[in-house]
Amino acid sequence: MTVSDAEQGSGPGTKGAGSAAMGADADDGYRPSARRLERERYRRARTRRAFLIAAVSTLVTAAVLYVLVVGSPGWDRTRETFFDAHYARTSFPDIMRGLWLNLRLLVVCGAVVLVAGLLVALLRTLRGPVFFPLRALATAYVDFFRGLPLIICILVCVFGIPALRLRGVTTDPVLLGGLALCLTYTAYVAEVFRAGIETVHPSQRAAARSLGLSNSQAMRYVVLPQAVRGVVPPLLNDLVSLQKDTGLVSIGGAVDAVYAAQITASEKFNYTPYVVAGLIFVVITIPMTRFTDWVAARMNRRQAQGGAV
Amino acid sequence: MSAQAPESGDAPGPAAMEAGAALRKEPGLAQEPVLRVESVRKSYGGSLVLRDIGLEVPPHSVTVLIGASGSGKSTLLRCANLLEDVDDGAIFLDGEEITDPRTDQDAVRRRIGVVFQAYNLFPHMTVLDNITLAPRRVHKEPRAAAEARGRELLDRLGLADRAGEYPDRLSGGQQQRVALVRAVATRPRLLLLDEITAALDPELVGEVLAVVRDLKEQGMTMVVATHEMAFAREVADQVCFLDGGVVLESGTPQEVFGAPRRPRTREFLRRITEAGRL
Repeated sequence: MTVSDAEQGSGPGTKGAGSAAMGADADDGYRPSARRLERERYRRARTRRAFLIAAVSTLVTAAVLYVLVVGSPGWDRTRETFFDAHYARTSFPDIMRGLWLNLRLLVVCGAVVLVAGLLVALLRTLRGPVFFPLRALATAYVDFFRGLPLIICILVCVFGIPALRLRGVTTDPVLLGGLALCLTYTAYVAEVFRAGIETVHPSQRAAARSLGLSNSQAMRYVVLPQAVRGVVPPLLNDLVSLQKDTGLVSIGGAVDAVYAAQITASEKFNYTPYVVAGLIFVVITIPMTRFTDWVAARMNRRQAQGGAV
Repeated sequence: MSAQAPESGDAPGPAAMEAGAALRKEPGLAQEPVLRVESVRKSYGGSLVLRDIGLEVPPHSVTVLIGASGSGKSTLLRCANLLEDVDDGAIFLDGEEITDPRTDQDAVRRRIGVVFQAYNLFPHMTVLDNITLAPRRVHKEPRAAAEARGRELLDRLGLADRAGEYPDRLSGGQQQRVALVRAVATRPRLLLLDEITAALDPELVGEVLAVVRDLKEQGMTMVVATHEMAFAREVADQVCFLDGGVVLESGTPQEVFGAPRRPRTREFLRRITEAGRL
């Protein structure tokens, strides 16, 4: 259906043919043939069968997993330590208070990282000898911070910078930890943007330049919009990763969700708060994923030709 | 190179207001060719594509480049639009050398329109945005004026109802016609068409060539690389046969197609004829 619509609608001189083809049961005396009805019956039967198989398969898998976990020798002990309803309830408010810090860090660092990452990527694509130092600096920056383990970067920022005893420079572990997150993630995100810029076909740049657009205009109006569309999924991946890594600022003593869980866990010798914190992180990333899926799908719907595949 | 095409004259055609900018020229320079190519040499890596190319394109004339694949037609067009640097020789636009490294390349490209074989429309913009991008961003026309003109051009090609569509939803022929509108929307002095029908189904070729014919009537100066010999014969004022990196033979279509002097030209035309394209 969709395929034939798209083909009919795009031919020259078939203006309005799209709407005519929309209803396959247009008023032309068409009656579905026996062949079509038989095919549709077959497809429905196949769908029912597939659904049944999926349901059975899921149930079997769940049962096997359940027996494996619950039947394991240490299950009772594990359940007490990791899945205790009482500790889950009592630790929940503290974890949520800590989570507020994670979310603030995510929003602020995420915004900084996206802007700075794009800037660094653009610096790396600059042509011309004047920009050599900028280009070299951007490349060195990315090489260094992409390789440096985040935890070391945080340790250096959180403990190293205060050790300098500079006047007017903060010693707040949240700010310094956030700085470390930004430094590392900007390097990752810059590479994602650069990959996106490089996947835009050179003919697009050629077309833009032939129209008289300058190098930077071609980048701004033609290359970047296409590059960004292509890298939304990997960017989201990095943002989710950033969200989880905001937990590492607890190294410097800031109380985030993970640290709040740790406090309870070490007081009560029960790991349930960790499980609670982990699940909360999972739950808040899911809407982000769905949102980007939706954005990507909307972009495709608007631009691309319809089709069955 | 003394290939002189029949001059289409100083009298602007009836539809001349469309190519207004292209028709305006300084008095006394009437015979100055729009494009002059002098001893251009260009190689990629080890392979020499253009050995010694020379040709002149008078105002309001159509020069058609023919020749086998790989004979350098596209390379010559890319050099003329400064998408490639020439190794040696010079190219002049309205008497001004544009292959000098000191020229402002963006300013030169603003005066030349190009249409590519693969359309190269911008997939993230609607048809109308594709057309108005250069007028608005490069020539600083207000959005309303640029869009009004864009719609008017689309309307003339029967594409008015496609203004809000994205290029991927159009047929190849429609995309290529939009690409032609995009190229002329900035009122270029010279239009370069690089095998613009080569990627199209035969049934869609006609609608694109009709647009080119229309542009010729309006007095647009064009250089066209093509394999459509029938079209070349019809639309060309001057035909240049490229072979071995030089313009081996040039003249009016009657001369080149009717009585080719060079054996290589005859052989090329015979091969094309046998392929059923003449």
